[in-house]
Amino acid sequence: MNFPSKLIENAVNEISKLPGIGKKTALRLALHLLKQKETFTEDLSASLLALRKEVQYCNSCFNISDEPVCSICTSQKRDKSIICVVEDIPDVLAIENTSQYQGLYHVLGGVISPIQGIGPDDLKIEALIQRVANKQTEDKIEEVILALPATMEGDTTSFFITRRLKEFGIKVSTIARGIPIGGELEYTDEITLGRSILTRVNYSAD
Amino acid sequence: MHLKNIRLQQFKNYNKAEVQFSEEINCFVGINGSGKTNLLDAIHYLCLTKSAINGMDNLNVQHQREFFTIFGDFDLEGKELEIRCIFESGKKKQLLQSGKAVEKMSDHVGLLPVVMIAPDDTMLIKDGSEERRRFFDNMLCQLSKSYLDSLVRYQHFLKQRNALIKQFAEKGRWDKNFIAVYDREIIQLSIEIAWQRANFITEYEPLLKAYYAEISDNQEEIGITYDTHCLFENFEKNFQSAAQKDFLLKRTNMGVHKDDFVFELEGYPLKKFGSQGQQKSFVIALKLAQFQIFLSHKKTKPILLLDDIFDKLDDNRIQKLMQLVADHRFGQLFITDARPERSKEILSKINSESRFFLVKEGVLKYMDQ
Ligand SMILES: [Zn+2]
Repeated sequence: MNFPSKLIENAVNEISKLPGIGKKTALRLALHLLKQKETFTEDLSASLLALRKEVQYCNSCFNISDEPVCSICTSQKRDKSIICVVEDIPDVLAIENTSQYQGLYHVLGGVISPIQGIGPDDLKIEALIQRVANKQTEDKIEEVILALPATMEGDTTSFFITRRLKEFGIKVSTIARGIPIGGELEYTDEITLGRSILTRVNYSAD
Repeated sequence: MHLKNIRLQQFKNYNKAEVQFSEEINCFVGINGSGKTNLLDAIHYLCLTKSAINGMDNLNVQHQREFFTIFGDFDLEGKELEIRCIFESGKKKQLLQSGKAVEKMSDHVGLLPVVMIAPDDTMLIKDGSEERRRFFDNMLCQLSKSYLDSLVRYQHFLKQRNALIKQFAEKGRWDKNFIAVYDREIIQLSIEIAWQRANFITEYEPLLKAYYAEISDNQEEIGITYDTHCLFENFEKNFQSAAQKDFLLKRTNMGVHKDDFVFELEGYPLKKFGSQGQQKSFVIALKLAQFQIFLSHKKTKPILLLDDIFDKLDDNRIQKLMQLVADHRFGQLFITDARPERSKEILSKINSESRFFLVKEGVLKYMDQ
């Protein structure tokens, strides 16, 4: 694509680095910004910059948060005896939208896949074990729900975590039922997802 | 089931070709190198979404072109089905069933059974165990979706486990707890796959014996032994104790990827003790038994592709094979031959409709009878 201006070209190149955005769309967005008032672009870039610089992750569950500990973890209304383990942040939003779940979360940040060089140490698995171990006395964790994708990698990660949790003798369940094979949580409709949390099944490490 | 016609574009040495087929015998004639076998391969593509000869799709695009298309209309017991296979360099291959895109290529496998007999099939006997595993896996995958699913999972977990072992080797440390999750999958799937292979062989072997007896004059006893360590009682324990070896060799040493199917003649390995003729008869029997097993499971006669058999087989075996054709044991047949007068003479003795096609430098024409 040839551009009449170096400024447009730079903007298009940067915008098209975003996932799902090609050069054509990037050009449309850049031209749109030029048609708006200058404050529009100022507000947009300020919010993006603030997001990048000030974003925090909850020290406990690794969900995105404005405080050191997120609003779900600090809420008095949540059941602190259950942790739902998910692959990534959009999964938390998907489950929250079902309004069927009142427990806490734990965001792993991915699933185990040696081919891609991702091992347990690259994920927040040890932190999960610590959460369960620390709370053995007060505020006891009674159940861990594994809501990882129904893919081969999701299954192996679930199994790995189940084995690690075995020594604590708590209930470990999975929501695999009702979610299509190979399906990812984010794309599962809310009713299916809500039901699958309610009908979760026990998971065994044997 | 039969293929009514085929339309090719930029496939191998064909720029454009379109012909109507006979429901019975179709014979492609032309000098060697004219592209006869490519037509059999195009039919193979329609049935199984891939080449029988060349695994790389981009090597099947006509020279200096970007894409190929293969279209064909099938008759499935009165129901019409149009298959389109479209490949463009650098893009994902597409397969359409009557206009509807097939999401996973494996969903198409098994719908249109096909069996190919080719001269270099003796690789099945002479080469390593991988060729034989591929032959039986291909057959089992066309017969059972659950087998296909298990095999795909197995190969995936094996790849993951091998990648993990390489990482362990680099770090110089074996993490027993980490690899255990892969061990469990590979052990379970190995047992599952091995059972299915073993059961299949008990059904397949009698057919193989019957066909071997039919096409060879001799009365020698043949057989197959399915060789696996995955059905031993202590397989799981053996798998675990192979960890040290896995670590040293940087790969997984136990599991169904180590299986073999040993072909035997009078109880001895055919590979070492079979004559040229015995090996050829054995390969044909393997393929005819495949035909028979597809027929009994799918209730339709598979398409049979015979590549250059008049040239590569002796008169005796040709006669035996043609007797099966004359007895109408097969369905639709596609044959290639470099010498039209020979195939005409052989086929004229058979009470079946046969249509001849002349192949010359990538141009396909009907031939006057
Ligand atoms: Zn939190």
